[in-house]
Amino acid sequence: MADARSQPSSRAGLLRLALVGTAAGAFSGLFGVGGGTVIVPLLILWFGYGERLATGTSLAAIVLIAALAAAGQGIYGNVDLAKGLLLSIPAVGGVVLGTAVQQRISQRAISLLFALLLVVIAVQLIVP
Amino acid sequence: MNELLAVLTAAAGGLVGGLVGVGGGILFVPALTIFFDLNQVEAESTSLLMIVIVALAGALRQNSYGNVNLRDAALVGALSPLGVVVGVVVANEIPERALELSFAALALFMAVQLVRRGLRPEPEPPTPSAT
Repeated sequence: MADARSQPSSRAGLLRLALVGTAAGAFSGLFGVGGGTVIVPLLILWFGYGERLATGTSLAAIVLIAALAAAGQGIYGNVDLAKGLLLSIPAVGGVVLGTAVQQRISQRAISLLFALLLVVIAVQLIVP
Repeated sequence: MNELLAVLTAAAGGLVGGLVGVGGGILFVPALTIFFDLNQVEAESTSLLMIVIVALAGALRQNSYGNVNLRDAALVGALSPLGVVVGVVVANEIPERALELSFAALALFMAVQLVRRGLRPEPEPPTPSAT
């Protein structure tokens, strides 16, 4: 039973979570990818999280990460508020549908979908 | 026409985000550059705003399904600014191409691990829909 619903709050567990957060911040800063690309696989492969718990927890962490980064970019005037808010409407519709669909597919299928996303990202990075 | 394509791409980004637990920036950024003529920095910054809103909506939905570990999420999120600093230091020490190839290798490694896991039988207790 690898699916960990609650991690023991051991010191080692906290240290590993700190490393996940640091890695997520570093990769999102370096490559402009959301931290989720790093958070989800690490929670699944390293912490033994089930796929649904990993993706839900990742989304909650991303709220914080992206809010800090967006605020930073907002100070420099790089955020187009109108277009961002406008496009957020269909995007929120998508995410509500996506999470609903996700509850109906097997957890293993989510791992396979995520592997596909990682391959797409790898190809984008390799092809100049 | 461009507006319609932007709306569809944004919806697809949200869908991917909800399915696999990422922010959706992988599709938001192209939607903003291609269809709305933003430059790369503006698009990435505006995408971050969208990610906040989308991830919040997704996290609330997942929380209602019982799929969020708030404590772990808060720890990961709170430590990420440290990572940004680490990233800036690393970016100044290592050539960009080497970084891209390193992360591509890491992404492929994790993909292989996830595929191996994905092809194993599900270890969960039987559910009504289990085959």
